[in-house]
Amino acid sequence: MRIGVLALQGAFREHAEVLSALGVEAVLVKLPAHLNDVDAIVLPGGESTTQDKLLTTSELREPLAIAVRSGMPCFATCAGVILLATEVLDGRPDQTPLGLLDISVRRNGYGRQIDSFEAPLEIGVVGPGDFPGVFIRAPKIERLGSGEVLAMHHDSPVLLRDGAIWGATFHPELSRDSRLHQQFVAQCS
Amino acid sequence: MTDAPATGTARVKRGLAEMLRGGVIMDVVDAAQAKIAEDAGACAVMALERVPSDIRRDGGIARMSDPAMIEAIQATVTIPVMAKCRIGHFAEAQVLQAMGVDYIDESEVLSPADEAYHVDKWAFTAPFVCGATNLGEALRRISEGACMIRSKGEAGTGNIIEAVRHLRSILGDIRAIRQASPEELFGWAKELRAPLDLVQEVAALGELPVPMFCAGGIATPADAALVMQLGAQAVFVGSGIFKSDDPSPRAKAIVEATTHYQDADIVLKVSKGLGDAMRGENNPQIRFEERGW
Repeated sequence: MRIGVLALQGAFREHAEVLSALGVEAVLVKLPAHLNDVDAIVLPGGESTTQDKLLTTSELREPLAIAVRSGMPCFATCAGVILLATEVLDGRPDQTPLGLLDISVRRNGYGRQIDSFEAPLEIGVVGPGDFPGVFIRAPKIERLGSGEVLAMHHDSPVLLRDGAIWGATFHPELSRDSRLHQQFVAQCS
Repeated sequence: MTDAPATGTARVKRGLAEMLRGGVIMDVVDAAQAKIAEDAGACAVMALERVPSDIRRDGGIARMSDPAMIEAIQATVTIPVMAKCRIGHFAEAQVLQAMGVDYIDESEVLSPADEAYHVDKWAFTAPFVCGATNLGEALRRISEGACMIRSKGEAGTGNIIEAVRHLRSILGDIRAIRQASPEELFGWAKELRAPLDLVQEVAALGELPVPMFCAGGIATPADAALVMQLGAQAVFVGSGIFKSDDPSPRAKAIVEATTHYQDADIVLKVSKGLGDAMRGENNPQIRFEERGW
């Protein structure tokens, strides 16, 4: 199996390392041609406004949207969730989310970097035992459409699944716990 | 979950640096420049009163910027805002943390405040980036709590040669350490004047334990592609953007070249018609890179 990792900007390397450790071939996706032979796609954390512009300049916006809309499994973390959302709050006026995940998400919903935090999460689908939640200038999901909530932190959903799309507002790729990636990979095969 | 969230952990401090990988951090001196930088796709801005080339020209003591100016930039952009304190000036760092600066740069571009000690960066919730010219310096900064290293280069010159020298020195020593036997690592620690445990960690990882970015002298898209290919994970551009003829297109071009650094066709495409790069300086009187111990 080959899983693409959007590699325009951000923590794409960490995702690729986790996938490789799970025996999956990780392909860095920087241009439309790189999407041709991947079975799934990971949208990493990073700066969503930068990624948004690079989606356009790299001519990836349309092919990526078409691939995910037609059912390619997609695992989005942090900024990746912002890219997929139907509505972005506190975004830039020219920020154009792909509208593939029916949520309203607030950028930097927990505050600035000094408010970034770690907190244990209960995630039923990965089994018993806390999952280390790493939240870095994390977005907050403030309205939820059709997706299923897989984890909450306080009163906000932090992990969603909607069809073949998984969205986490935290960073499983930084947590040294690959259970969530394993679940995603299992769904792809 | 009842557990209180943990802030200021090494993982979240290093984590923000990991989120900035593959991006361009741009020096800005006011809200208008910050807006141009964000519009161009900067992944963060560095707020400072004078870009390094002006600090060079003006002389005098360079200090932390006016907090009101940094606040104006924080109010203008939604991307992370970094700001600089003087080497060893922990009180300036405390002020920057109190105003919610996302990354503090303990920077050699400002006049050093302490000739022996850098800031104890473990004592802060806000993460720090520090400059380094060689591996020993990088590891000493990491031992003091730095969560990101930037190769220093020679800021404000528009000359990439120092950045290349520093990157090659740091990465070359890492390659050598990776091949070293366990007993040779004791010798490396002594030679580098760096803690043994960090030398051993570098040997095991084959890289620094924190992200390494490049700064100092980047003026063109090809400069960014050069340092990224050498092994930098992101770039800081200071005077190179706002001291050029036409900052906005140049900023956009450097952002694209940093993402597509291995693709010469794209670097070619974005390099065309950008106007004059910053003039630059060949033999600077002040050498910022020599500051830091």
